[in-house]
Amino acid sequence: MANAPTKASRPPPRAPLPGPIEWLRENLFSSWGNAALTVVALLILYWVVVPFVRWAFIDAAWTGTGRDDCLAFENGACWPFVSERIGQIIYGFYDVTERWRVDLTLIGLALGLLWLTMPGMPGKRPVGAVMVLAYPLIAFVLLAGGFGLEEVPTTRWGGLLMTLVVAFTGIVASLPLGILLALGRRSELPVVKGLSVAFIELWRGVPLVTVLFMAANMLPLFVGLSVNKLLAALIAVALFSSAYMAEVIRGGLQAIPKGQYEAAAAMGLSYWRSMAFVILPQALRLSLPNIVGNFIGLLKDTSLISIIGFFDLLGIVQAGATDPEWATPNTALTGYAFVGAVFWAMCFGMSRYATHLEGVLGAGGRR
Amino acid sequence: MRSTIMRFAALAVAGMLALAPAFAAPSPTLAKVKKNGFLRCGVNEGLPGFSVPDTKGEWAGMDVDFCRAIAAAIFNDPKKVRFFPTSAKVRFTALQAGDFDVLSRNTTWTISRDVQIGLEFIGVMYFDGQGFMVPKSAKVTSARQLDGASVCTNTGTTTELNLADYFRANKMKYKVIAFERNNEVISAYDKGRCDAYTTDASGLYAERLKLTKPDDHIVLPEIISKEPLGPAVNQGDQPWGDLVRWTFFAMLNAEELGVTSKNVDQMLKSPNPEVRRLLGVEGAFGESLGLTKDWAVRIVRHVGNYGEVFERNVGQGSPLKIKRGMNALHTKGGLQYAPPVR
Repeated sequence: MANAPTKASRPPPRAPLPGPIEWLRENLFSSWGNAALTVVALLILYWVVVPFVRWAFIDAAWTGTGRDDCLAFENGACWPFVSERIGQIIYGFYDVTERWRVDLTLIGLALGLLWLTMPGMPGKRPVGAVMVLAYPLIAFVLLAGGFGLEEVPTTRWGGLLMTLVVAFTGIVASLPLGILLALGRRSELPVVKGLSVAFIELWRGVPLVTVLFMAANMLPLFVGLSVNKLLAALIAVALFSSAYMAEVIRGGLQAIPKGQYEAAAAMGLSYWRSMAFVILPQALRLSLPNIVGNFIGLLKDTSLISIIGFFDLLGIVQAGATDPEWATPNTALTGYAFVGAVFWAMCFGMSRYATHLEGVLGAGGRR
Repeated sequence: MRSTIMRFAALAVAGMLALAPAFAAPSPTLAKVKKNGFLRCGVNEGLPGFSVPDTKGEWAGMDVDFCRAIAAAIFNDPKKVRFFPTSAKVRFTALQAGDFDVLSRNTTWTISRDVQIGLEFIGVMYFDGQGFMVPKSAKVTSARQLDGASVCTNTGTTTELNLADYFRANKMKYKVIAFERNNEVISAYDKGRCDAYTTDASGLYAERLKLTKPDDHIVLPEIISKEPLGPAVNQGDQPWGDLVRWTFFAMLNAEELGVTSKNVDQMLKSPNPEVRRLLGVEGAFGESLGLTKDWAVRIVRHVGNYGEVFERNVGQGSPLKIKRGMNALHTKGGLQYAPPVR
């Protein structure tokens, strides 16, 4: 044993360098390859981020009332363009004296959502029912008028309001419709199954732009009656997104082992009860990341309604940027930067909430 | 006996025909507009000087003001208009589908649109045409001096074809640098990647404002294409077309006769018979359009005459500072000419 060959001993461990330098060496410069990647990444950051920060903040015009104030800052953003138009960006052409109605609608939405999303709030079921069933009607009356409120035609809606109206309608309508379609597609009744498949594949097979265009411009020509364009667009968006939602939920349904169906049947549960209490809660939990992904996609797709003459958040900024009173080399760029930031904030918020929800439901941990 | 009856009948018919001008068949579109309580007007989604949302959240521009003028004539209230921003692709379909009553969206009047698509153009609101912009430092004063120049423009538009025609006809060499989007074209020109920039003249003035130093650039006098822009209505409702057309003519006549939004009330007392007929002091021309006697007064009071609308939106009162040029009245060397009210 004593003369057994010994392995060449490893070199002694390198003494750690002081503090952050050790961290840098371990994480950023651990090998020549990594070091090169680090340098490239830093250079890209330097070339992209530094000029952007300079343009957006350091060299930017922050106050002013017209293009002359922005022309003085030729290499920076023109923020007064956004601040002077912030009312229009939020409300579109909504009459200034009636804007409180939009505020009330949005505050109602925010309160309802907060109530439903904050952990530990009492009475989530009734509040949820109110938000899904009554709120859309109340919001419609508030926004469009009627019952003593002055009419504000949908041609005057726009901006963030329009984006939220379209996205909210799509989101609220697509989940229940999507669940029904997904169940229909897995149904053993041939007619139900056939209709569901046909519906889903039809709507998934055409681009949203085409759907919107057909709904707003062609339907009145074919059917011969003039429908409200916004209503047509909202219905189109709801049907379109429900087809996508159906497939997302079907993915969740397929992940449920057969034993769960059999167990539910063995308990003597009817089809609808077994779906409602056994299958769907699990399937929806599994589909959550994709459902939220769909919602985020839908929120961003709302910009497409500009092709039928409605201005969403992006559309109203684009239109505003053509105003000769504000024409500068940086006006349009500033508008786009602002719209990008708002969209990002909304989508990131949804995504963070979904992550939180996954944690609460333990969807990630269970599988 | 029989011939007597026939003679009476003929007389009756003749009498009705004679009265017809005074009781012209009512326009179904006008009836609908009155029933709705507002005019529906298709406009551009954003074209500097013609239709843009202003800071207050209202539409502004020449095309927009024309619709306000029609609303003023009908309702005595220029605010009774709903604007439908419409893309170039859907404008004709939307008009024919009845989405709006007037298309006031810088549409070029061509034979195919007039005849094949079935629009009724009501006149030329703005005589546009393709022009050139160059830096002042190039010391170029005429497009004829652009031999060998590189020219920035948009891809796949008639602009590019007109450019080719013009340079070939004048036996000059040139190089095209074309981009998809307006912003790319103007920024390439701003960075000096080309010697000249070409697009429709009204567009040149608008894009010039996006340059770092707008005052260092000039628009050359040559106009190398015809782009007569005007409002249009659907064919089939002649009285409505007349109403829209004469709204425009009233604005032109008002300018020619010196009637402005500021002096229109004094002008009501003018002894000039032409002014008196235009403003409805004499004659019943408003009634024959299905309007009131003071239709032109309403237009001018609320919106202004053609010159006022021009200067406010695209002329000296606006950042665009476009000169009247072809759009001056015929009495001042331009092409704008309206038939008389009589």
